[in-house]
Amino acid sequence: MNAIYQRRRRRNTIAIGAAIAATAIGLGWLALVLGGLFWHGLDGLSLRVFVEMTPPPGASGGLRNAVVGSLIMTGMAIMFGTPVGILAGTYMSEYGRHDRLTSVVRFINDILLSAPSIVIGLFVYEVMVRPMGHFSGISGAVALAIIVIPVVVRTTEDMLRLVPNSMREAAAAMGLPRSHVFRHISFRAARAGVVTGVLLAVARISGETAPLLFTALNNQFGSININAPMASLPAVIFQFALSPYADWQKLAWTGALIITLAVLALSIAARLIAAPRKNS
Amino acid sequence: MSIASFAMPPVAATVATDHSRLNEKIVIRDLDFHYGEVRALKSVSLPLYANRATAFIGPSGCGKSTLLRVLNRMYDLYPNQRATGEVLFDGDNILAPGIDLNLLRARIGMVFQKPTPFPMTIYENIAFGIRLYEKLSKSELDGRVERALRRAALWDEVKDKLSASGLSLSGGQQQRLCIARAVALRPEVILFDEPCSALDPISTARIEELIDELKDTYMIVIVTHNMQQAARVSDFTAFMYLGELIEFGATAGIFTSPRDPRTQDYITGRFG
Repeated sequence: MNAIYQRRRRRNTIAIGAAIAATAIGLGWLALVLGGLFWHGLDGLSLRVFVEMTPPPGASGGLRNAVVGSLIMTGMAIMFGTPVGILAGTYMSEYGRHDRLTSVVRFINDILLSAPSIVIGLFVYEVMVRPMGHFSGISGAVALAIIVIPVVVRTTEDMLRLVPNSMREAAAAMGLPRSHVFRHISFRAARAGVVTGVLLAVARISGETAPLLFTALNNQFGSININAPMASLPAVIFQFALSPYADWQKLAWTGALIITLAVLALSIAARLIAAPRKNS
Repeated sequence: MSIASFAMPPVAATVATDHSRLNEKIVIRDLDFHYGEVRALKSVSLPLYANRATAFIGPSGCGKSTLLRVLNRMYDLYPNQRATGEVLFDGDNILAPGIDLNLLRARIGMVFQKPTPFPMTIYENIAFGIRLYEKLSKSELDGRVERALRRAALWDEVKDKLSASGLSLSGGQQQRLCIARAVALRPEVILFDEPCSALDPISTARIEELIDELKDTYMIVIVTHNMQQAARVSDFTAFMYLGELIEFGATAGIFTSPRDPRTQDYITGRFG
């Protein structure tokens, strides 16, 4: 073996070692977080958590109102945000590809995408909570929807842009009107990616706390009135984790575990949907 | 050199076939094309005959694909591309404003360089386009799909897997699927933009055979890099160079006794 080759081999070994170490450090923290969550939260996880209300200190209870509130607000946010996001992304990719408007919208969308969520919470507080005079589930859903929109716009546009232009040309060459081209051809080709984007948006908002503290606040009763303050898992975790009561802290751990598992499930679902299907 | 120097239709005089049956389906007159500031076609004039195959040949960048894409106004999909002059299709200028592009493209089908099956089943790839223009019963639609696939010489290979994805076919089969898709819409003209350049020799031979058969029913225009292919499949050939139409005439004449030295150089492989 000559010296240059030997040196290259040594360098290669060092580089691989460094890469493995970096990966281990990154994953190590993740493992610690997940381990901690399971350690503290798992034994609190039972059916009771989903059927009983948040308790007063010292009493036993569950997280039903928080889980239900989170589901309602997340569901509504996706309902408001997804159509807007998909339509905007579709415009940018299919109609306005060469427009100035598209570059402007993309720039603003990217700003919104990275805007701190607390700012969005404050914004909705100003435009909805103050005029209405009280906190409400609906304003929480709107705040979350504002977080959903840029995520969905981005993924929809990106995914539609991945559809080869030759496919659009082929469709146009058959005399398909443009609306048909994207509804029947582009969307079909990009469907998995767009659905993944929506699932990732759900994952993103299911852990948001700051915007909800300014909008939906919290509610210790099982209220499903969207015009009244509404509980949510992140807000309850925030409140219970900072409390001095051991049983509240335990519920906070359990709530955190529930969110984590839900997000994990969504990420796995997103991957399965996005995975290329065999023979296509 | 001026295109006007070959008055039309002098070319017909060199055609060995029965002249009286030549029918000018499309007439291109003084066609200019611009990509932004770049002039890609310079005052191109030529006739295209019904039930004949016309090949556009020439080196890369000579404007042959551009010319093809004017015929179904594909360039309309992009900003900053414009055509001026006249393209008369059965007497109507298709460059005129107010032309219904979707209707035009239903009458003038196109097959592209890369096979472009849609991400749906083989059956749907063909039925999809038909449904757009006609309301048919299931059995009528089945019949149309079968006829189109037979016409494209694909039926025997796919009849047992019509519900498989169009993307599961081989490259040559995909290209024939695209031809079937074009045929299913019952166009009057089919444009081929280098339809074999992504295919192996056997698939290429099948497609060429197919083009030869399709000629009985449709007017064919084919852009090709391959001069043997032009010689094999076309009745008329247009040689283009740097955006100009250098020579147009019966294929046999172009390949055996080209009048322009540039055509001579190109077909003998001296450049291009």
